[in-house]
Amino acid sequence: MSKLFKIFSVDNLLVPLVAIILGLIVGAVIMLIGGYDPLLAYGSLFSTVFGNVYDFGETIREITPLIMTGLAVAFAFRAGLFNIGAEGQYIVGMTAASVVGIKITGLPIVVHALVAILAGGLAGGIWAGITGYLKAKRGVNEVIISIMLNWTGLYLSNYIVRNFLLIKGQQRSEDIKDTASISIGWLSSTFDNARMHWGTVIAILAAVFFFIYMWKSKQGYELRAVGHNGDAARYAGMNVKKNIVKAMFISGVFAGLGGAFQVLGVFHYQAIFTGSPGVGFDGIAVALIGMNHPFGILLSASLFGMLTYGSSAMSFGADVPPEIIRIVIGSIIFFIAAQGIVRWVIKPFYLKRKKEKVL
Amino acid sequence: MDWMTTIGQLINTTLVFSTALIFAALGGIFSERSGVVNIGIEGLMTFGAFAAGVASFYAEDAGMGAASPYIGILAALVMGIIASLIHAVASITFKADQVISGVVINFLAAGSTLYMVKLLFDGAGETTLLKEGLTKWPVPLLSEIPIIGEGLFNNYPTTYLAIILVLVAFYVLYKTSFGLRLRAVGEHPSAADTVGVKVLRMRYVGVILSGALAALGGATVTLTTTNTFSHNTISGQGFIAIAAMIFGKWNPLGAFGAAVFFGFSQAIGNYFQLFAWSKDIPQEFIYMLPYVLTVIVLVAAVGKSSAPAALGDPYDPGKR
Repeated sequence: MSKLFKIFSVDNLLVPLVAIILGLIVGAVIMLIGGYDPLLAYGSLFSTVFGNVYDFGETIREITPLIMTGLAVAFAFRAGLFNIGAEGQYIVGMTAASVVGIKITGLPIVVHALVAILAGGLAGGIWAGITGYLKAKRGVNEVIISIMLNWTGLYLSNYIVRNFLLIKGQQRSEDIKDTASISIGWLSSTFDNARMHWGTVIAILAAVFFFIYMWKSKQGYELRAVGHNGDAARYAGMNVKKNIVKAMFISGVFAGLGGAFQVLGVFHYQAIFTGSPGVGFDGIAVALIGMNHPFGILLSASLFGMLTYGSSAMSFGADVPPEIIRIVIGSIIFFIAAQGIVRWVIKPFYLKRKKEKVL
Repeated sequence: MDWMTTIGQLINTTLVFSTALIFAALGGIFSERSGVVNIGIEGLMTFGAFAAGVASFYAEDAGMGAASPYIGILAALVMGIIASLIHAVASITFKADQVISGVVINFLAAGSTLYMVKLLFDGAGETTLLKEGLTKWPVPLLSEIPIIGEGLFNNYPTTYLAIILVLVAFYVLYKTSFGLRLRAVGEHPSAADTVGVKVLRMRYVGVILSGALAALGGATVTLTTTNTFSHNTISGQGFIAIAAMIFGKWNPLGAFGAAVFFGFSQAIGNYFQLFAWSKDIPQEFIYMLPYVLTVIVLVAAVGKSSAPAALGDPYDPGKR
């Protein structure tokens, strides 16, 4: 896992940019093979995202949870842990926020929302903390535990929604109390009723927190040390086990908050899931494209969110199946991972520049 | 007599659910024993399930009749091998992080299979329902035995194949020089290189085998369980197979046990409602059972996992 960081320290911006372009080209080629017009498709994608305020607002809405799960996965990566469980942490975060948002009454407007957000973050943190604890104390592989907890979280949440929060005859919970809502009414009306909420602001603050905590604090230094080389960190007197639990907990808080934002700011209720929503798994991709750096994640979540939201428009505008976007995203990650290919592509440009200098 | 048929059917259903997991977990073992992490098993299964569904449909269309599902299986093997080459090229030749390139496989699979299905089936999100799925092959005489006959000897050919492959994989890994080389490359690649083992080539073989086996697992799901391919044909089974592999300590026999355990906990959900005493248990808890049990068993019994030592390290001959 430590290889991950070494790769990502070089060519911080150039490689992902070239990878994104190559990914879009791969998508275009596949569209051509399928008999579609890629220019029309990409055109309708971007004209949807940037074409009117409503869709632009909804794109921001789409980006927000991706920032949170991306931060979650990246935070664990930095500490040398693979958190494949952001999915489950996101779901339990939704559920905890729903319970607080629906069941608790009589709290003043801002306080109720804050309590519900905290509940979501805490639930996600505890869910991930279980994985961290079992990894630290019992040496059980974190990947397998978090996969298991994803499914457990999904069914546990369905159970809670079905038995305690359900509207009779429907597959969804009651609406949360108005006092727990984090929607921003005036901003939504500016954006033509797109579902804008405070979660977006908190997500950006969370990225800033990630940066300061990881690179400017002693605790962050310890987490990174443990991630780079656990043995060396232990000899240096660091408590490796405590750091593993802590890293997973904070990672889970990010994902849980992402879930809470969806309930409190977007849907205002929770549905019974028939399958995994997938936001946590998308977080893995966001973290990878963002090179596990919080500010990179803000950018990659934006790209990911724009492509995903805009992809539905591609099927209207150019009749292209929206799944093509998964291929584009997969290709982008591929080119970022296999940097040898990207270097080979950009090498001629480098050489030219050097020659000019010599002349 | 009724409970006897129920038990027989329970064993049978267990094996049906386990088969795909066995194939995929074996695939994971070959890849990871050679030192290449394979998070992409889920995607490779999806590719296999897709190829089986589409090829089998076209074979039916061309009038191949009962041979169609076998053509589907062949197509799945080819598709799985091609898809696994993406993972191999990125992670072995270009030394990409293996976890990332596995994630790539999952993304490409989710996107491209559905894209192709929509292209081929006029925008529909799934393939047309297959008329000819795989049929069960009762073993003569043995299938007449009460309970066990129905349970063990009245199964799909893929189930028999899976069980045979478990033994073959065990033999190959632990009793042949090929297996020794494969494991050596996963434990200590530079030592293996020193004694003349072609490290990169062995890793390619490991990943390609994993692609073929995982795709076979995916094909099994399409051809025995769903009879169609859609976006949720393989939802999470690849990850369960990875769990089975880790659970079984990267050993074919162990993974087999774990896969059957998962198959059983899935199958038992189908039968739970039959018993009076279990009617009050919420269905969610029954769905949850396999996952919670896994965590408990892992924590209580297995403890430290024994992954191949060089798992996840790209091999660089210049670095000693």
